[in-house]
Amino acid sequence: MKHLLSIEDLDASAILRLLELTDHMVEISQRPIPKVPALRGKNVVSLFFEDSTRTRTSFDTAAKRLSADTMNFTVSSSSVNKGESLRDTIETIAAMGVDAFVVRHRSSGAPQMITRWTTASIINAGDGWHQHPTQALLDCYTIRTSLNRRDGFDGLRIAIVGDIKHSRVARSDVQAFTTLGAHVTLVAPPTLLPPCVDDWPVDVSHDLDAVLPDLDVLYLLRVQRERMDDALLPSLREYSTMYGLTTRRAGRLPAHALVMHPGPMNRGVEMVADPGELPGSVILDQVTNGVAVRMAVLFRLLGSGADLGGEAS
Amino acid sequence: MSRLAIRGGTVLDQSGQSRTDVAIEDGRIVDVGATVDGDVTLDASGCIVTPGFVDLHVHLREPGREEAETIETGSRAAALGGFTAIVAMPNTEPAQDSLAVIEFVRAQGRRAGLCDVHPAGCITVNREGAALAPFGELAAAGVRLFTDDGNGVQDPQLMRHALEYAKALDITLAQHCEVASLTKGAVMHEGSCCSGLGLPGWPAIAEELMVHRDIELCRLTGSRVHLLHLSTARSVELVRAAKIDGLPVTAEAAPHHFTLTHELLAGYDPVFKVNPPLRTADDIAAIKAGLADGTIDAIATDHAPHPPEAKEAPLDQAPPGMLGLETALALALTELDMPLADVLAALSWKPAAIAGLADRHGRPVAVGEPANLVVFDPDAEWTVVPAKLASKSRNTPYAGRTLRGKVRHTLLDGVPVVVDGTAQR
Repeated sequence: MKHLLSIEDLDASAILRLLELTDHMVEISQRPIPKVPALRGKNVVSLFFEDSTRTRTSFDTAAKRLSADTMNFTVSSSSVNKGESLRDTIETIAAMGVDAFVVRHRSSGAPQMITRWTTASIINAGDGWHQHPTQALLDCYTIRTSLNRRDGFDGLRIAIVGDIKHSRVARSDVQAFTTLGAHVTLVAPPTLLPPCVDDWPVDVSHDLDAVLPDLDVLYLLRVQRERMDDALLPSLREYSTMYGLTTRRAGRLPAHALVMHPGPMNRGVEMVADPGELPGSVILDQVTNGVAVRMAVLFRLLGSGADLGGEAS
Repeated sequence: MSRLAIRGGTVLDQSGQSRTDVAIEDGRIVDVGATVDGDVTLDASGCIVTPGFVDLHVHLREPGREEAETIETGSRAAALGGFTAIVAMPNTEPAQDSLAVIEFVRAQGRRAGLCDVHPAGCITVNREGAALAPFGELAAAGVRLFTDDGNGVQDPQLMRHALEYAKALDITLAQHCEVASLTKGAVMHEGSCCSGLGLPGWPAIAEELMVHRDIELCRLTGSRVHLLHLSTARSVELVRAAKIDGLPVTAEAAPHHFTLTHELLAGYDPVFKVNPPLRTADDIAAIKAGLADGTIDAIATDHAPHPPEAKEAPLDQAPPGMLGLETALALALTELDMPLADVLAALSWKPAAIAGLADRHGRPVAVGEPANLVVFDPDAEWTVVPAKLASKSRNTPYAGRTLRGKVRHTLLDGVPVVVDGTAQR
């Protein structure tokens, strides 16, 4: 595996092997000194052309736990604002000696494009509406751990609720969950579904209340205020009334069902109930698991295959 | 004055096909016959000799974007593609909405001397869709085609008035059919591919609504309307119905819209980004059927050069457009299942009439006619190599593709501007 651009590039066994590797990374993360020398001497550059706090911090922490050298590159502090092209930016930084670029870009396909201009590994940390593969992997890991589904998601019923059309998380999660065997239902107003959703391996519903009682996992997506500008929604209030998770709605979920969210949450919109009071909420577990999953991805792409067990020197 | 003989070829024009030599003197055809003599001979054995092609839709980028193309480099690409006349789209900087810019483009075309360059005028000032450009002044100077290409005229009231005003002037208005509010941020065809790729879609209806509107405005005003670069099956149906009703509507299609589909965007390569976008196999079939039955009158390239750095941006930021002049004939011959005479009609005499150039271009190959001719080998196979193209830019989507049909000679007013596939100036 050279790059991680899209969940599409992974089959079920590749996903499951990454999740098994994540188990080791969780174990390392729980040590008194959560650091191993596995990627010592490797240079991992975060290249964020779009704001992100948690994803960047998560990758940064993951790289440091594996003893990689890290460098951050943000649009505001870069020469991109001086008109430098994406290609020149990549070639310039790559010339300093880079083993992996972690790329976040507002344009779908930008990480794939970058692979043409460098020999370094590219990890997609979110591109436009397209993909966010490490989010999908950490979501899979969280479900696998919380519901004890080590061998796949056969028969599992998952609903993804919210702005599917503009969501890279939805695209990655649909692919990852269905590849592992889950049955996925998308719940959203028709204006927030992608065109040709019929071609996706999912069911579609516009009635959250009807879907809730059968679920093993309820996955909420952030709904953004700017969607009203394009007349995709009448108001956030109406969205919340029809699709928001209230305490009453949460009561319709089976007792074992998980509630997930990729963050950041819009309290009072898609998340009306206090997530702290939802017994099935694993939202903070998702964040914790994000570090371990990203360690696994970095190790899979950059590791020599050597022992993971040693202590950092 | 020396006498030029085109020998050994088969002449094909609107009156038919025959094994005929052609003699040219002083810019005109002076003899046609089984064998003619000349001081200079151009070998046409195995070739078709036909009226030079006319491209209704070329972006030459000069003035304003000379890093992408100049009138000279674009004219050279045109001549190598067999075109003796091209209509230069007005989205230059400054736009072609004044006599000064129109005259500049013509002068640069004459200076290059490789093909006739006919600038189109703008419908609205600076193509902004707000105020009418000076049609009368530009028409008096010989401009025959007006368009805001790159932008559709959004305001139906303004378009109605433009068509009414045009009636007094014997000009044709050409529409870029795109309802802008439906294509905000659009990158590629709205359909099965864009959903998975996470790219905003350009829905077919954004084109079809304006095609329908302008057909109805044509019905209302009686003024001629030419529809640029049709890309959808429903657009073809609408034009077919309008023609059955006898409306003065004409239409063109670009080679990429009958050869390439939206699945090509899966690799996020901006070389495949174009406006209107590449569509489905069903749309391609409809465009081909429209060309075959004459619903679509002309093949026009929408030649749109962009420098490499512009096409190295992410897909949503890269400009739309692809090269077309040097590959149009070969794509038509390779991909269209039509009689050769119909292909040549769509490349030559039909667009010549739409552009108002039928006095000089797309003329029969007959004694006394101006010698604007192309000689091409319909069976020659060649591979598209971007670096070998005459255009200043390299953004062809056909790199590496092997096509059939190659221009051997092009004559402009009797002057061989391309000989044996090589530009002479």
